Amino acid sequence: MAHGTGNPRRTGIAVFVALLLLTAVTVLVSYVDLGLWNVVVALLIASAKASLVALFFMHLKGESRLVWGFALFPIVFLSLILIGTLADTMLR
Amino acid sequence: MSGHTDEHADPAVAFEAAKLGVWTFLATEVLLFGALFTAYTVFRMKYPEMFRVEHAKLDRVLGAANTVVLITSSLMVVLGVDAIKRGKARLLEAYFGATIFLASVFLCVKYIEWTKEFHHGNFPGTNLFFSLYFMLTGLHGIHVLFGMGVLSYVIVLSRRGRLSEAWYTPAEMSGLYWHFVDLVWIYLFPLLYLVG
Repeated sequence: MAHGTGNPRRTGIAVFVALLLLTAVTVLVSYVDLGLWNVVVALLIASAKASLVALFFMHLKGESRLVWGFALFPIVFLSLILIGTLADTMLR
Repeated sequence: MSGHTDEHADPAVAFEAAKLGVWTFLATEVLLFGALFTAYTVFRMKYPEMFRVEHAKLDRVLGAANTVVLITSSLMVVLGVDAIKRGKARLLEAYFGATIFLASVFLCVKYIEWTKEFHHGNFPGTNLFFSLYFMLTGLHGIHVLFGMGVLSYVIVLSRRGRLSEAWYTPAEMSGLYWHFVDLVWIYLFPLLYLVG
């Protein structure tokens, strides 16, 4: 049972506010035409939000290496699927 | 998510085991949604113009509103789990009740959106973008429904006095699942509504 330092309620609310701000930013940026960069920015912001949720709400921060391993291995497999599929469809 | 492990194991070990079980389940979920995200990537690269035109037909204000609803529901789960860690069962029930309420708000907004899209003649078979849109949001919606069931079960356990600061494994594990459902939406929202 991992606990972060400090008051968990205060941490939760701080993360919540950060998630709201990032949502506002990603919506506002979507109205600006940046060409291909729109996708890059949207994915970067989404990943920042996902990291906040995983680290603090799912408290990966402070978890053992074993739990980290369980959390990360599907991402490795997902990249393999993506890269493998794209290598096929793009170079066909 | 079992209360039976604590009979033959150290409670801390049982808690770790339950956590690894949930993370393993979430791994299969990543790959389930991952297959659809891969399809999205392939077709978006193949037909960028079609995705650009079609995604503009979605209502990004409703999508953003639903993002806020889900993020808030996740905070309610965090506060609920924190409450039971301090032994406050009634508070846990209130927070998890709020989560279930927000989840139903999310599904109502989704219902309104789908109705609008049907009115405009956009169906799952209309084109590849809307196929992926209905598949992804539909599959995610099923997860929201399932999460509502799991959270309700935790509330029932708590009402029966089964949860305490000494044993709150179901609350924690349902929380992990709920945050994952939130996490999937965090990617779905920009990919479908914002960049198409």
